[in-house]
Amino acid sequence: MQWETVIGLEIHAQLSTQSKIFSASATTFGAEPNTQASLVDLGMPGTLPVLNAEAVRMAVKFGLAIDAHIAPTNVFARKNYFYPDLPKGYQTSQMDHPIVGKGHLDITLEDGTTKRIGITRAHLEEDAGKSLHEDFHGMSGIDLNRAGTPLLEIVSEPDIRSAKEAVAYVKAIHALVRYLGICDGNMAEGSLRCDCNVSVRPKGQAEFGTRAEIKNVNSFRFIEKAINHEVQRQIELIEDGGTVVQETRLYDPNKDQTRSMRSKEEANDYRYFPCPDLLPVVIEQCFLDEVRASLPELPVQKRERFETQFGLSAYDATVLAASREMADYFEAVNGVCGDAKLAANWVMGELSSLLNKDNLDIEQSPVSAEQLGGMILRIKDNTISGKIAKMVFEALAAGEGATADEVIEKKGLKQVTDSGAIEAMLDEVLAANAEQVEQYRASDEAKRGKMFGFFVGQAMKASKGKANPGQVNELLKKKLES
Amino acid sequence: MSMHELTLRQIASGLANKDFSATELTQSLLARIQTVDPQLNSFITVTEELALSQAKSADERRAAGENGALLGAPIAHKDLFCTQNVLTSCASKILSGFKAPYNATVVEKLASAGTVTLGKLNMDEFAMGSANESSHYGAVKNPWDLTRVPGGSSGGSAAAVAARLIPAATGTDTGGSIRQPAALTNLTGLKPTYGRVSRWGMIAYASSLDQGGPLARNAEDCALLLQAMAGFDPKDSTSVDQPLDDYLAALDKPLAGLRIGLPKEYFGAGLDARIGEKVLAVVEELKKLGATVKEISLPNMQHAIPAYYVIAPAEASSNLSRFDGVRFGYRCENPVNLEDLYKRSRGEGFGAEVKRRIMVGTYALSAGYYDAYYIKAQQIRRLIKNDFVAAFNEVDLIIGPTTPNLAWKLGEKNADPVSAYLEDIYTITANLAGIPGLSMPAGFVDGLPVGVQLLAPYFQEGRLLNVAHQYQQVTDWHTQAPTGF
Repeated sequence: MQWETVIGLEIHAQLSTQSKIFSASATTFGAEPNTQASLVDLGMPGTLPVLNAEAVRMAVKFGLAIDAHIAPTNVFARKNYFYPDLPKGYQTSQMDHPIVGKGHLDITLEDGTTKRIGITRAHLEEDAGKSLHEDFHGMSGIDLNRAGTPLLEIVSEPDIRSAKEAVAYVKAIHALVRYLGICDGNMAEGSLRCDCNVSVRPKGQAEFGTRAEIKNVNSFRFIEKAINHEVQRQIELIEDGGTVVQETRLYDPNKDQTRSMRSKEEANDYRYFPCPDLLPVVIEQCFLDEVRASLPELPVQKRERFETQFGLSAYDATVLAASREMADYFEAVNGVCGDAKLAANWVMGELSSLLNKDNLDIEQSPVSAEQLGGMILRIKDNTISGKIAKMVFEALAAGEGATADEVIEKKGLKQVTDSGAIEAMLDEVLAANAEQVEQYRASDEAKRGKMFGFFVGQAMKASKGKANPGQVNELLKKKLES
Repeated sequence: MSMHELTLRQIASGLANKDFSATELTQSLLARIQTVDPQLNSFITVTEELALSQAKSADERRAAGENGALLGAPIAHKDLFCTQNVLTSCASKILSGFKAPYNATVVEKLASAGTVTLGKLNMDEFAMGSANESSHYGAVKNPWDLTRVPGGSSGGSAAAVAARLIPAATGTDTGGSIRQPAALTNLTGLKPTYGRVSRWGMIAYASSLDQGGPLARNAEDCALLLQAMAGFDPKDSTSVDQPLDDYLAALDKPLAGLRIGLPKEYFGAGLDARIGEKVLAVVEELKKLGATVKEISLPNMQHAIPAYYVIAPAEASSNLSRFDGVRFGYRCENPVNLEDLYKRSRGEGFGAEVKRRIMVGTYALSAGYYDAYYIKAQQIRRLIKNDFVAAFNEVDLIIGPTTPNLAWKLGEKNADPVSAYLEDIYTITANLAGIPGLSMPAGFVDGLPVGVQLLAPYFQEGRLLNVAHQYQQVTDWHTQAPTGF
């Protein structure tokens, strides 16, 4: 049977506010346990929450960026359950009246086509603390530093049809929140976490299958692996005559499998009700207008501009617009060299592999945009060939010169464009390979084509790569045909 | 006159005239609490050291030229206001040993006005009750008859002030918890408009209904205390950012032209007719002072008790979740696992009435019942509010009884909690609507005090205090003290 996968994602993005959503404590990651927990975060009797206006602004930014309806009022509700790292015995969240209503986000698939993913809602809530189960001799430690950290929970429609689409969607959300400056996107530190709702159904069937929710998957790679594993598990289960049960599962990256955490029957009745300690939040039109005016250019807009303004392919534009830092770098390179296609090729090619190899972010690039742009200028004016440019780039990366010009000068990499010099060099090459010249001249057109490359190689070798390849080709052809 | 008989206003002039010092006054009252309170059980904690140091500092401030109305005034706080480094128990076992790490805004404001805190007052556990019998620290007795209840939940506050242990106290009112004990002990007690007094540091029972306020022997002292307690607090999102009225200045306004409404629903079945007569006598007195009277209707009052006993327990069930034995307060012995820790700490830590309300509230909020109970109750709440808004288009003030009955015998209603719930029938509507309400002495039946309740539109605490004060200028019910105190 042909199966279709249906996926909906819940992404928790930690908002990068200075202080917590309902208290003045700092939100810095990695502080000593319980040093960033105020009376409010500790759930001390008598304490009360006060909403952080910046968290509201950030949520509204997100809402506007996904074209969502922003309701004139939103309401905080209490989600009641007991857990030691939940100090008040309830999480302050939003239920019936979220701050961000229905919106959507376009993602680019591998084949270059775009797909629109619906976003059901996004709501503000507070994070819980952490339970530490090691080092306490049979007891558990509680760290409430994270308790009260503002989260934006972004809930997608079940519009996603494969693990790859899911990853593309999470990447698009990741890029968006970073563009907006509302989340640092650091998945290793838990700033962006993902719950995946996965089900399968026979292709063509209208109703959804029973879904399982995989909790807290925290990297792009694990999202893909966890979903693929879960889809396989469900298909095998059904094909073996079993049925999928609605449950929460955990993904174990070490074993690459998901396991059951709790079933629907064990699920809590959270007894949501409006939080009586907080007033409904009223969003006025003038506030919306002000936030809208402050929005930066978004990934989709940037991608479109890269295509139309620079004539880049959809793929190149998507890759370059994927992060604000990458896009800014590319635009800076282009600003220096004035050749968007070359700039795109270098940023996506040599620069990206250099960064990947050393596991660096683009902000940490050893080659600055100015250096790379300056180097591309020298390719354009034929001072160096593309091949030599790779050497120059490596030298710049290794810090062997402040500018491409300095490297070219110091290493004597300037391209030879003097026709006389090239001709003399070619004459030597042809003389040294007289036998091959004879063969060439005796061959038919097809064979000649193959042999020509041999002479070019010899010539470039003789010039140590510095001869202008265009001139070499042209003059060599002339000499061999004569 | 002995020092313990003085009102706040008299104390202020005594201190200003150097008739006595704050320290002398404090020492005298501390001694009186020690000898008298064992019969009443109104204090959970007496903060002798704190009181003497605050009194000393008040004397120093006065010597330095300060002359605040509350500088050196002895008071005590209901034991749900957090007081730094002092046991704050909510009269519950579950807060055993809990010394609050901070001061409630009300405590802070009164302290900076120069009040001297003599201690923390007994109450119904977590403010749940109308008789002050649900306290882990034992029942409080009514100084007017030691075999009777003082009312609740601010029963310790009422008993201590009525017995002249302190001139005034703080209380809180979620469904009548200031006004009802004031009525049963011959005091004046005010529940302000919701949002007028900060709830920061006031341990929550039902957040949307709770409001702190003063209990004292007369309206003037309530005005003095409210002036210092009230005001916007950025730490409480439900506190209202509106300027404070001058409550003392409002006291002397003449009542000519005051339009009084008598809701017919307040004089129906269930009311002790003798109380009804006392209320009408108050109305007659106010007419002499220039007020006009008309009958009005609050048609949805009959639904108030069921609505209240859904909303308040629902909020309480959530508010009391933080008492879990994990971070503070009582923890059961040798828990075997997390569930055991929760179940036994809460099971052993909470008393019967608190558990009953947590269960009711949990039920009302649970899936499948939420719409039928919680949502319905909120709709009733809106109707009750609308009733008041409509009534206040016709009248300036509503008058009725504070309670349907006189103070009852200790233990009398223990077997039947609903009969105790019905004692709140006249007071809870003000909490549901958020309007201010005041109870003041209106005479005696069988030697027991009767209270009359005044209700006013939002933020018109000044009007309530004004009417009560004018009434107290021409009557002396409020000056009468229980025999032996």
